[in-house]
Amino acid sequence: MQISARRHDKSTIFDVSGDIDFASSPEVRQSVLHEIRESRTPRVLVNLSQVRYIDSSGVASLVEGLKASRDLGSRFILFGLSEPAREVLQLSRLFKVFEIYDNEEKALAS
Amino acid sequence: MLALYSNPKWLSVVRGAVERLTETLGFPPVECRSITRAVDEALTNIVRHSYGNRLDRPIAMYFRKTQRRQDGEVQQGLEILLCDRGPAVDPNKLQGRPLEEIRPGGLGLHLISEAMDTVEFTRKGPTNRLRLVKYLAQANDAL
Repeated sequence: MQISARRHDKSTIFDVSGDIDFASSPEVRQSVLHEIRESRTPRVLVNLSQVRYIDSSGVASLVEGLKASRDLGSRFILFGLSEPAREVLQLSRLFKVFEIYDNEEKALAS
Repeated sequence: MLALYSNPKWLSVVRGAVERLTETLGFPPVECRSITRAVDEALTNIVRHSYGNRLDRPIAMYFRKTQRRQDGEVQQGLEILLCDRGPAVDPNKLQGRPLEEIRPGGLGLHLISEAMDTVEFTRKGPTNRLRLVKYLAQANDAL
């Protein structure tokens, strides 16, 4: 799994690729929560287009990001969901809980 | 049979093996992914809950073809048995949380039961045994 961050105006975009599993999800969780809680970035976006696999611990990391952003009144957005990511969020019945966009352009325009 | 230690670094290796196995047996792509996910979630549960994140404990996995009679037809399937030597698990704790609750955690069991036709947990001597079975749809009976 690889995760990198980009800045765009007042937003931070995380590009995640590979497998988000029990071994790698703590890195996603830490990166996202740091950006929301410590950096207080008003809008955090996560690009899931290159995610090949995501397990329940990966989903839990995203839920933590969502809850942290709600607590602080910021926004937490997912975009470009790969098929495996989409499947897991739908199975978890979380698809409508997150703010999700098809691609980065639409996410940034939101 | 596959033997491994309870180190999360092996999870991706097992996923690769299970995905190739299910593809070879003729499961459709969505089910290959869901079976692979179920096995991965089950292994993660063993590492976290049965072994308390210790990295050096043994896990054994057995794979075999199986079949059942359904509506007069023989249905082929894949049986996966996961064995660990952790403390006995309280079966009452093997319940997924209600999905209406939006909170982290508790999704693994739900993903396992969604994916598999049979999920059975038993304790035999010092061993926890999780038996997972998935049957091929009739039109896809390629095992």
